[in-house]
Amino acid sequence: MSIEIIPDGKGKGKNRKPLLIEAGIVAAIAVIVLFVLPPIFTGLGAGFQIGLLGRFMALAIAALGIDLIWGYTGMLSLGHGLFVALGGYALAMYLQLQIPAGQIPDFFQLYGVSELPTFWQPFYSFPFTIVAIFAIPMLVGGILGYLVFRNRIRGVYFSILTQAALIVFFNFFNGQQKLINGTNGLKTDTTTIFGAQVGSPPVQAVFYGLTVILLVAAYALCRWLTSGRLGRMLVAIRDDEPRVRFSGYNPTGYKVLVFAVSAGLAGIAGALYTVQSGIITPAQMNIAPSIEIVIWVAVGGRASLVGAILGALLVNFAKSTLSAQFPEVWLFFQGALFLAVVTLLPSGIVGWLRTEGIQNLRSLLGLRQPVATYPSLETDPEVKYERQSVGNRESDG
Amino acid sequence: MNAKVLEIENLTVSFDGFKALNQLNFSLDEGELRVIIGPNGAGKTTFLDVITGKVQPTVGQVRFKGKNLRSLSEDQISRSGIGRKFQTPRVYLKLTPRENLEISCSRSKNVFAALFQPIPAAERRTVAGLLETIDLTAKADLPAELLSHGEKQRLEIGMLVAQAPDLLLVDEPVAGLTDEETEAVGDLLLALAESHSIVVIEHDMEFVRQIARQVTVLHQGTVLCEGSMSEVQTDPRVIEVYLGHQEEE
Repeated sequence: MSIEIIPDGKGKGKNRKPLLIEAGIVAAIAVIVLFVLPPIFTGLGAGFQIGLLGRFMALAIAALGIDLIWGYTGMLSLGHGLFVALGGYALAMYLQLQIPAGQIPDFFQLYGVSELPTFWQPFYSFPFTIVAIFAIPMLVGGILGYLVFRNRIRGVYFSILTQAALIVFFNFFNGQQKLINGTNGLKTDTTTIFGAQVGSPPVQAVFYGLTVILLVAAYALCRWLTSGRLGRMLVAIRDDEPRVRFSGYNPTGYKVLVFAVSAGLAGIAGALYTVQSGIITPAQMNIAPSIEIVIWVAVGGRASLVGAILGALLVNFAKSTLSAQFPEVWLFFQGALFLAVVTLLPSGIVGWLRTEGIQNLRSLLGLRQPVATYPSLETDPEVKYERQSVGNRESDG
Repeated sequence: MNAKVLEIENLTVSFDGFKALNQLNFSLDEGELRVIIGPNGAGKTTFLDVITGKVQPTVGQVRFKGKNLRSLSEDQISRSGIGRKFQTPRVYLKLTPRENLEISCSRSKNVFAALFQPIPAAERRTVAGLLETIDLTAKADLPAELLSHGEKQRLEIGMLVAQAPDLLLVDEPVAGLTDEETEAVGDLLLALAESHSIVVIEHDMEFVRQIARQVTVLHQGTVLCEGSMSEVQTDPRVIEVYLGHQEEE
């Protein structure tokens, strides 16, 4: 038999090249989004689109987090809005405290509070806030995850629990006017950061750039987590968790880790989204925003990181365009979109592109269709070898 | 007399009053290959479930190398040296045979090892050797969902071996295999029996004759009789509940 196993050393070199190409493509896209798109849109008088893009890219970070736990590990969280909100509140509290010493944020006076609640105190510190943006969601997610996964709660029960946790936090934040301004939320656009107003264009431009960089970083992190040994374990847990135990692994640690990382990503997304939209309210902890994140990932393509980002951007731009023109239609459209994806494109846009999309593209371009065979034949090395050698013979003759 | 690798005393498992296992006593010597047969519903699979920690015994205990397994979870039992092959092949379908074997072979099973440690060269070599043994080298890097049933069976046996357990529990390893494949699996098990203790559950009597030295017959959750294949086959109680019943068909 003439099929040989590629020795390890060679194999590695071969694997590294596509990774470098991928890094190059990501960097190129990041540079375009950072430096090319803003002047073009501003020149066309559509600068607000750049603001939207910044916000949606922030949300794409949360979508990456959902993809990590849902697409790769099979845990459907319907409560990720909680972590988005926690990140958003952490940064908003820091910004609210950027006022002359001795004062407390204005809204406290409405409720007759004269002293800053204790848990606000650490948010005077900028480094603390930066860490808190991802660490608090990770901690909450980690504790919740540990309790749930240790007791082997999975599937639908897990989804319901995440939603229950969401509602607990929603009710708390919504009801506590004296602590956190309740249902009114915290405004950030009129606050200042390092002496500049957060809502002003230069500061917004910085946040836009920061969002692009953090989205790339989040993509790289997820790429690292989902490749290699951990990535395989996640897939194994997704496809047959009980079996993993009989292979000697305790899945709890793995699930807690990815759930916490996913919560941390959502926290970062929440902070970036909050400063670019100007306010964070408990409405973020309603059920709808959490389910929307899941829809973006389903539309883009589960178990595809590019799909998660693409889905978040596409659905949100569709939402802003459609709801501006036909505000009453959007919700119906969103429902229809979800139905269409589930029934027609079960593996999302990217999943479809990977399979049928390529064929359709070939036929559009008038290229020859590859002959349809069993997938096992398609990838069988022996068949491949035969095909190659038969091809050679033809060219010889 | 060899040391006992597995001792089961007075084991009862009841599900809502139904006794899947009833006052079962069983022991296995180190290095022994034992075949368990019994009609459907005799409690064979429940028997394996109890040993591997999937089901907790209602009464009685299971001792592996003298250690009571009652308070241990499935993964702890697996790490202490008991490997199990399931009735229908349970391999990770989206992963390749190589990745399946690597997961089973890995000695460091916690999450941080999976993140930061590359696969040791020795484990890579073990996996390459195993792929050769189970004859899947040519398909080592295809998703396992594209393998045929027989190939999946072989892969799962390979995964079991990769785990390097002291005790192998093998549930119907030749179900759905061709005659040649069945014989190959039999030879593989016999080769493994030289260095492992093995419990095989099987329906296929041809196969049982090929590999069996000691046979245990289960019936209604309890041990009906034990002995060599010829002893068991001539036992009137066994003929009544199992073999005789089959011959009528």
